[in-house]
This record gives sequence, C-alpha cells and structure tokens, in this order.
Amino acid sequence: MEKVSSLRTKRRRRSGSSWIGYLFIGPWLICFLAFTAIPFVASFFLSFTEYNMLSAPKFIGLDNYIEMFTNDNLFSTSMGVTFQFVFVSIPLRLIFALLVAMILNRKSKAVPFYRVVYYLPSILGGSVAVSVMWKYCFSKTGVVNTFLNALGIPSDISWISNKDTALWCIILLFIWQFGSPMLIFLSGLKQIPQSYYEAAVVDGAGPVKKFFKITLPLLSPIIFFNLVMQMIGGFMVFSQAMIITDGGPMNRTLVYALYLYRQSFKYYKMGYGCAMAWILLVIIGFFTALVFKSSSAWVFYENELFEGKKKKKRRKEK
Amino acid sequence: MTQYKRAANTVVFHVVVCAIGFVMIYPLIWMFFSSFKESSLVLSTVDELFPREWRFDNYAKGWSGFGGTTFTTFFKNSLIVTIISVVGNVIASAMAAYGFSRIRFKGRGFFFICMMITMMVPSQVLVVPQYIIFNGLGWVNTFLPLTVPEWGGRAFFIFLIMQFIAGIPKELDEAAEIDGCGKIRLFTQIMLPLIKPALATSAIFSFYWKWDDFMGSLLYLNTPENYTVSIALKLFSDPTSVSDYGAMFAMCVLSLLPVIILFLFTQRYIVEGISMSGLKS
Repeated sequence: MEKVSSLRTKRRRRSGSSWIGYLFIGPWLICFLAFTAIPFVASFFLSFTEYNMLSAPKFIGLDNYIEMFTNDNLFSTSMGVTFQFVFVSIPLRLIFALLVAMILNRKSKAVPFYRVVYYLPSILGGSVAVSVMWKYCFSKTGVVNTFLNALGIPSDISWISNKDTALWCIILLFIWQFGSPMLIFLSGLKQIPQSYYEAAVVDGAGPVKKFFKITLPLLSPIIFFNLVMQMIGGFMVFSQAMIITDGGPMNRTLVYALYLYRQSFKYYKMGYGCAMAWILLVIIGFFTALVFKSSSAWVFYENELFEGKKKKKRRKEK
Repeated sequence: MTQYKRAANTVVFHVVVCAIGFVMIYPLIWMFFSSFKESSLVLSTVDELFPREWRFDNYAKGWSGFGGTTFTTFFKNSLIVTIISVVGNVIASAMAAYGFSRIRFKGRGFFFICMMITMMVPSQVLVVPQYIIFNGLGWVNTFLPLTVPEWGGRAFFIFLIMQFIAGIPKELDEAAEIDGCGKIRLFTQIMLPLIKPALATSAIFSFYWKWDDFMGSLLYLNTPENYTVSIALKLFSDPTSVSDYGAMFAMCVLSLLPVIILFLFTQRYIVEGISMSGLKS
C-alpha cells in the first residue's frame, strides 16, 4: 500500500513538473530550435541547391559535391592547408603545453605568477589586435627578424608573404596560445601521487622512464580530451588566417573556413558553402570518432590499474 | 653539496621559466611601446624597444577613427553587444543547467543529448542558414543577430554549471520543497547564490569570446556607425586604408585593455575554472 502511494506521488510529481522543466530550459530550447536545429537541417538541404539569395534555391542534386571533388582546385588546396595546419599546430601546442606544465609543476611561490604570464596569450590570442600585432612581428622589418639578427642569424625575408613560411606564422600563433591545455595538464600533474615517483626511484627509474611509465600514462585521458577538443577548434580556424595573410601568398594559407566564407559571402554561392560545411562536419566527425575509437589503445585510466590489481588479488585468494 | 645543487636547480628553473615567458610576452610589450612611437619609426626602429620620443597623440589620432566615425562609437557598440550577450548567456545557461540537472521532465534526456551535440557542430554548418534567417527578419546591420542567439545560453556554459550543480546535495532541494518552496523560488533564492563561482566563470569567458568575436561582426555589421571594435580594427589596420602604424597599435592596445584588466582581476577564477573543466570531463 505504501509503495503504491509513493509511486503515485512520484508519477504525479513527474507529470506535474514537466511544464516547469520546459520553463527552465525554455530560452535555450527556443534558441536551439531557431538558430541551431532549423539552420542545421536547412544547411543540409541547401547543400544540394544553387542559391545566391536573390532567386529561389534551385535543386541541383549532388552537383556541389561533385564540383568540389573534381573541378575545384582551391577546394583541395584549402583542404590540404587545413590538414597541415591542424596536424602540425595541435600536437605542437599540446607538447609545448605539457613541457611547460612539467617545468612549472613544483613548489614555488612564483608559480602562480608564471601561470598567469603563460596564460595571458591564450586570453588575448583570439582578438583582432593580436592578429594585427602578429602580422607586423613577422613582417620584413618585424620583431622576429630583429630577434634573429641579434642572435647572429641574418634574415630579412617577410615571413608572412613568403609562400613557404606564411602558414608557419599562423601555426606559431596557435602554439603561442598553449595556455589552457597547460593549465589543465598542470592540475592533472598535481593529482599524480608523489609516491608513484618515489617507488619508481627506488626501482632505479631515471627521469625519462618516469615520464614514459608514470606521467604520460596517467595523463593520457586528459591529453586525449584536449586532443579532440583542440582538433575541432583547429579545423575551424578563420579570423587569424583572414587578418594576417588573407589566404595569401598564392593561397598557401587559404584555410578551409576562409574559403568557405569566400564562397558563401563573397561569391554568394551559398549552396556550395553549405556543401563545404557538411564536408567539414564529416571530417571533424571522422577524426573525432577516430580519436575516440583508438583511445582504448593508448588512453589509460587510473582505475583500470587498480581494478587489474584487485582482479589479480582475487585470483590469488582463490 | 645537495643544498648547493638544489639552489642551483632553483636558479636554473627561474631563469628558464622567465626566459620562455619573456620571449612569449615580448610581442605584446613591443606593441605597447610601439604605440607611443612616431609612426614612421615603428617599423624602422624595431631594435629599439623604447620610443625615442613619447608620442601620446597617436592615441588621439587613432581614436578619431575613419569615415567620420570615431572609436567612441566602436567601443560603445562593442560594450553594448558584449554586455547584452553576457547577461543573456549567463541567465539562460543557469536556467537550462538547473532544468537539466534537477527537474525531471519528459524529453529531458533527448534535449540534453541535443545540447551536447551542439558543442561538436562547427559553426560553419549553421552560418549560411542563420544569415538567411536574420536577413529575412530584417536584422542584418543591427546588433540583434549578435545578441539574440546568446539569450539561449551556450552548451559549454550549461555543461560547466551542471557540473557545479552536481556537487550540491539533492537533499537541499528536497528539504526546500518540503518547506513549500517552489522550483522557481528554489532556483532564484537557493541555487543561484550557491552556483555563483560557475556563473562568474561563464560570465568571464562569455565576455572574452564576445569582445573578440570577429566573424559575427564581419557578417552582420556593414556600416561604420554599427561596427564593433574588432571589425573596426581590422579595417583600420588594412594597409590600403591606413599607414599610421603608431595610431594603429595604439588602438590595438586599447582594444586589449578591457580583456587584460578583467583578466588581472579574475585570473584566479579562470585558472581554476579551466583546470576543472578539463579534468572533470
């Protein structure tokens, strides 16, 4: 009897509070439907049309996609540039972040100050001002050349207008903003029990072995998470490429999002832009899935270790 | 001997960290001092950090802007857009986070998954239909396309606040409800004060992203009197329109100032916020 009544109140409470649940998520839900869900579906349909905002969308089947892969040289150029950008800048950013986090992982009163200094570029990095600054740092008479000359390395090229180095300027700007993964790694490092290292030293492990056998495996879930999130961000790089080089020289920095923007809003080929966006979505989805799938091979969760030990113990007890 | 070694170790640590830090921050320092140099000397005296003669009028010259519109307008526009967005973003995110984590209703699971998926969808997929929608509503060249969507909150903040709410015992809700407190009062009077740190982190990041937002301004604002700082700065720095480097850098410095000031006052929130967001997931 008691059970029944409690069930009844539960049910009543559940159906009674449904409207209030929607009240709370209401603003999000409305904006989600209007500015995310509907555009998402619309984008898919537009990708099969030719549309320039002046006349009604004209259905052309797969023509946009066929055009992209067979006839559009700039499409493959922008794809190549973006891949190069993502696969160079993101790993380097994470490596740098980990390196600095390991240097900073010690007890010192100055560490909070250093953390702030190293994080500052990440806070400012997305702004137009920093992109403008970067452009002049890597120009012919910029800071970089002055720096190199001071070190005795003669250099007077303009890094941003040389086709071999232009992309590297943007890659460097991305590496420069290693602050957030660094902070995340730093707090991850703090959670590794010191006793692991002490035990390793007793067993005669050197610093290299300690890094590869303790630090890296224990940080791998965090590294994995960062890799996925940063890669998604990397594929969408836009404003830096637009401000610093505007895709030049010779399209060597024409990143995907910049080319997509030009197609959609400069040439008003909006159907084509949507088709490009869907290819981007597929690429991001593919790499995210790949990283997730492969993660079981290299991501190491701490509780696995203890579960393994427990199982062994149980086996021994038997 | 070991004591000597430890001291040497500490010195090496500080030297290395300071050296890396200096190289990283140097471009910003250089920009700061260049903003006081005479324009013709900005790019010809890069090897001298300090200006030969401090030219404060760079700031006045830069502030006068272009096309008859001054930076007063640009900064005012940026502030309006940013503040409206931040307020809406935080309110809507907090509401949605509370709804998702503490109220059981039909469709909760489904919409929660929808929300998580939106974090993975590149904005490029949505940009063209969004433009068509805003154009149809007659919102192009107003602040509405930049601010209205923010009143739905952002998945990242909703998730962040949900993580925070998860740490608050459910018994608190139950006790309040037994005392006759409705969900709305429970949210505004009990939950909101408790989740203040998460709200602060969301507000700060919301501010940074909106202040720096370039794409939105580029797409939707097309007359100088509506420009935000980021798009104005981009046009101001185009070599075809202006060659006054001193004034250009002066405006760059000013545009970074709100971000830097906010960062210095709130860096503890940020540093902790980021460290937590990465670990919990």
